[in-house]
Amino acid sequence: METAYNLIGAGLIVIGGGIGLGQIGGKAMEAIARQPEAAGKIQTAMIIIGALLEGLAFGALLLGKN
Amino acid sequence: MYRAYLKTAFIALIFIASAAAQAQDQMGDYAYDKEIESDGGKINTKAEIDSYIDHHLKDSHDFHLFSYTNDSGERKHIGFPLPVILWSTDGPKFFMSSEFHHDDSGKVLVNKGEATFTKLHSKIYELDNGATSINFDADHHPTNAHRVFDMSVTKSVFGLIIIGLLMLLVFGGLAKQYKTKSIPTGFGRVLEPLVLYVRDEIARPNIGEKKYRKYMGYLLTVFFLIWIANLLGLTPLGFNITGQIAVTVCLALFTFFIVQFSGNKDYWMHIFWMPGVPVLMKIALIPIELIGLLTKPFSLLVRLFANITAGHVVVMGLVALMITLKAQFGVVGSTGLSVFLTLFLSVIELLVAFLQAFIFTMLSALFIGMAVAEHDHDEHHGAAEDDIDEVRERFV
Repeated sequence: METAYNLIGAGLIVIGGGIGLGQIGGKAMEAIARQPEAAGKIQTAMIIIGALLEGLAFGALLLGKN
Repeated sequence: MYRAYLKTAFIALIFIASAAAQAQDQMGDYAYDKEIESDGGKINTKAEIDSYIDHHLKDSHDFHLFSYTNDSGERKHIGFPLPVILWSTDGPKFFMSSEFHHDDSGKVLVNKGEATFTKLHSKIYELDNGATSINFDADHHPTNAHRVFDMSVTKSVFGLIIIGLLMLLVFGGLAKQYKTKSIPTGFGRVLEPLVLYVRDEIARPNIGEKKYRKYMGYLLTVFFLIWIANLLGLTPLGFNITGQIAVTVCLALFTFFIVQFSGNKDYWMHIFWMPGVPVLMKIALIPIELIGLLTKPFSLLVRLFANITAGHVVVMGLVALMITLKAQFGVVGSTGLSVFLTLFLSVIELLVAFLQAFIFTMLSALFIGMAVAEHDHDEHHGAAEDDIDEVRERFV
């Protein structure tokens, strides 16, 4: 039973992380389309936020695994 | 001069590889004794695949490249042993890991003086006084043995030593070239843009023009260490250095202490007495900021560890498709599918290897930058107090 909860939790984490990454990527695309000359800065900020989100999702996955 | 260094490094690598090929151990008896967790046994079932992946993710005491069964039915393991250094109840002990004969289930006992050792799930246990074989409780935990203080040169330690030597040779050579030339030659031309990339894209914008030089040594070291370690993990040598939580904890601790020791007055002010908010809020923010201190390195270490672990698990899972899909697609079909998918994922992992090194360095630089940032003392906190003309000037 506990394993089932863990799996459901892992699924929820992946859904949440996916929504978050989609938001970051989409907004970054919009921002680059509006201001192509700032593409480099936007990309760096995007990668940092993406990494932070990823760290959170992976952390939750690891905690959920045990 | 510099080329000579590189040649020496390559010759050393070739020498290690050939030594690996010669150090064959014949330990049919133990490998055939099919405990699931046995290292290098034949792999056919799902449980065996899972245990093999688990085994790969852990650190190991010997350097195992591959195994095969020869014509006379003996199981042969190709690899080379690494030194085991222990501090037992009988003092320090040194021996080679070949004395365990690839056993990983606590069957082979090694006697050294007063103490007896055995290896179980990639960890070395010392048997209690008077015990002649290891006993397990219901959860497969040993009841008459205890862990010893283990300082062995394990596979990951070996990998780190190789990376250290490689970096010393390559970057030492690069640094020496600048004494006589303004542009490096040979392999240095590949490295120079990477060093400049770390300086101009990571250190300068995040730490600031005035102070970045002091931290370049750390940032460059950590960047290339993580990158090379990640790339080594993609070779068939079976390294999993940045996938060891101990390694990432250590790297994150370095960043943590560097940030704390370079924090200036404003940095500590923002933690213990946040300017620009009401007094009650100041007090409420202290524990939050203190937790924030710890979550920063924690997220650094978990991100690196989990990314690399996840990558290795997926690659090994795709390699294992060869076995799990044999019944449905036949040998050729399943192998082809496995090779195709593994190739595809390996290319992504090449990107991840760089990205994780970049992210770790980038966030380290960002945290250092936060700690050393200098605030103008007449700077206002909160836009409401700003002169509207000044705001307009800034944005238009």
